[in-house]
Amino acid sequence: MLKISTAPHFQTTRDTRSIMLDVVIALMPAALAAVLFFGINALLVIFTSVAGCVLFEYLACRYWLKTRNTTTDFSAVITGLLLAYNLPSSMPVWMTLVGCFMAIIVAKTCYGGLGKNIFNPALVGRVFLFISFPVQMTSWPQPHLARFWETDAQTGATTLGILKHLDAETSATALQGKLPGYWDMFAGNIGGCLGEVSALALLIGLFYLLWRRVITWHIPFYYVSTVFLITAVLWLSTGDPRYDPLTHLFSGGLLLGAFFMATDYATSPMNKKGQVIFAVGCGILTVAIRLWSAYPEGVSFAILIMNAFVPLIDKYVAPRFYGSRR
Amino acid sequence: MSKLKTFPMGGIHPDKYKITSESPIMDAGLPEIVYIPVKQHIGSPAKILVAKGDKVKVGTLLADADGIVSADVHSSVSGEVLKVEAVEGEFGYVEDMITIRVEGDEFEPSVDLSSDIAREIPFTAEEIIAKIRQAGIVGMGGAGYPTPVKTSIPSNKKVDTLIINGIECEPFLTADDRLMVEKAEQIVIGAKIINKILGIQNAVIAIDENKPHAVEAVSKVTKTYVGVNVQVCATKYPQGGEKQLITAITGREVPSGKLPADAGCLVQNVGTAFAIYEAVMKNKPLFERIVTVSGDACLHPANYRVRIGTPASFLIDKAGGLTPETAKVIFGGPMMGTAAFNINAPVTKLTSGILLLSEKTSRKAPENSCIRCAKCTEVCPVGLQPYLIARKVRGGNFDELRDCHVLDCIECGCCAYTCPARLPLLDYCKLAKSELKKK
Repeated sequence: MLKISTAPHFQTTRDTRSIMLDVVIALMPAALAAVLFFGINALLVIFTSVAGCVLFEYLACRYWLKTRNTTTDFSAVITGLLLAYNLPSSMPVWMTLVGCFMAIIVAKTCYGGLGKNIFNPALVGRVFLFISFPVQMTSWPQPHLARFWETDAQTGATTLGILKHLDAETSATALQGKLPGYWDMFAGNIGGCLGEVSALALLIGLFYLLWRRVITWHIPFYYVSTVFLITAVLWLSTGDPRYDPLTHLFSGGLLLGAFFMATDYATSPMNKKGQVIFAVGCGILTVAIRLWSAYPEGVSFAILIMNAFVPLIDKYVAPRFYGSRR
Repeated sequence: MSKLKTFPMGGIHPDKYKITSESPIMDAGLPEIVYIPVKQHIGSPAKILVAKGDKVKVGTLLADADGIVSADVHSSVSGEVLKVEAVEGEFGYVEDMITIRVEGDEFEPSVDLSSDIAREIPFTAEEIIAKIRQAGIVGMGGAGYPTPVKTSIPSNKKVDTLIINGIECEPFLTADDRLMVEKAEQIVIGAKIINKILGIQNAVIAIDENKPHAVEAVSKVTKTYVGVNVQVCATKYPQGGEKQLITAITGREVPSGKLPADAGCLVQNVGTAFAIYEAVMKNKPLFERIVTVSGDACLHPANYRVRIGTPASFLIDKAGGLTPETAKVIFGGPMMGTAAFNINAPVTKLTSGILLLSEKTSRKAPENSCIRCAKCTEVCPVGLQPYLIARKVRGGNFDELRDCHVLDCIECGCCAYTCPARLPLLDYCKLAKSELKKK
């Protein structure tokens, strides 16, 4: 018996699952870096977060949305990983689970599940935890390279935290020894959230995503360059170390956000022009929050605010269609 | 080699599966019965001239073009007309067809069967158009637009470039490829003939880079013909689309809702160019064409010269029969072809391939949620947003669809091919088009 169907009779083998799996693979170098610098605590936070997100996703599909079980497509795993990467390694297990609940149930399932959420679930989870438990969310264990079992690391401020509390009068010399060097920032030997510390690991992940054509270069490039350009202009015109563009590039959640969270399919615009607007907006907001608000770090808020603009961008920004050139 | 030409927007790279690109064209032979549809083109069906019991020869006019946008239909065999009535077509819908029982293989005396190549074109433009009209030639790349209408450029438009389309970007199909390898000079002369109609001296034969033999064969011939040049293009689907090819070759865009002539171009498929050569120089009506019989479930893939009206099942038997793995029989290519319901349906002037595809290759995976990956907007060669069209069609917002430019959709299927959530995006676009056309 022959089958009939409409064209095309060919489909790519690339499906949702294989794309999501590629994102998980791209996130692995950052997990390795986290374990390398923060030891078993990092592993515990990552495991709790992933398990929590997958569990909530399963429960939501089974008992609430009553749809096909979407845990097998790895999207909840990605949310879990990204949430963990946005937490310090000393995060208590129950708080991580609260974050998972906010991410999967409130930010994702409430909107209708996979692909229908407006805000990045992992960031909603993170911001909820950040506002609810500010003490735990801002005590940053210092890295202790390759000492896996050490769990009682000292805590200290992050690079951006140090910059935030600088007086305008503090001279650059007083900073000597307080700020980590560029190499430590690039490799990840600094205090901070699990996944954000190692620029190197994040870059490896980015190149994997680009190579596998999961994302295009537009959002990461425009986001990072916007931040770099604004801080560079301020730095060159004032000489103030608080504006040092390289420090802004390699510290805080900028690279993690620009590579993995601003590029989230569901919550970014649907065409290149829109993506550029979105990314530049994220960059401007990130710098504004980092430099002129009470918070040292602005990536989460910047991306969430721009997420809210995505439906508007999609409505008014369309790709140029063939035949419109006169 | 310099940068290969291609169209700038969208496009995909599906697996090529050009298994038959080295297989020489073979004669398929004569079936016992042929079914010749009276409508193998865009426009009104041809008016039937024969009746049951009539004796016909190869090349006998069976049905006469009804109006300007229509085409003559000729007999492809000699024999007796069995019936002139509706027969089940490839979809199972009935169509008017002339059924002929094959007896011998006798040609109309006017047809020149000699194999030597006629190089001098002694005819005027009007005579050429008349000959093309009498031969019932239509665009053989798949659109089936009557060629005399297409080549008669309105006086207020100026065409400066003729593009002969040898791209054949659909997977599996190699009919045009083999024709270029084996009949290169005839195709080039065909291009010169069309140039004569247009009164220009500039023809580009576009071939994509995965056809090195065709590029070599045609390039060798074009050296001796002034004004005909080969342009090698990058391999990308849908490069063979008329508008995409114009942009690839000339950098111009056909304005929305306008014709290629508005961009100063005329595009003809290599098969059509060959048919034009045969019609003009050899007085041969369009009664046969090259068909690729292939597919991953086909035992002996090959390229055949096939008489129009030959049932697909006859070709399938030649190529090893309908294997148990066959899930779909496709008329045309896997991207834009149609899955046949009735394999006794005939090969028409537009059938470039008969493909036997296995379940694994042709399976349509179940639909999932859109993950907003934006890949459909990325691959659309027209710059549409298929996800948005699908959403509006689902919501019944047909009024808003006009702003989405969905009428410019070329139905190439890149969106549906690419969608990781397996949404039938092309179906939504087609539905939107038909709803808009109703209004």
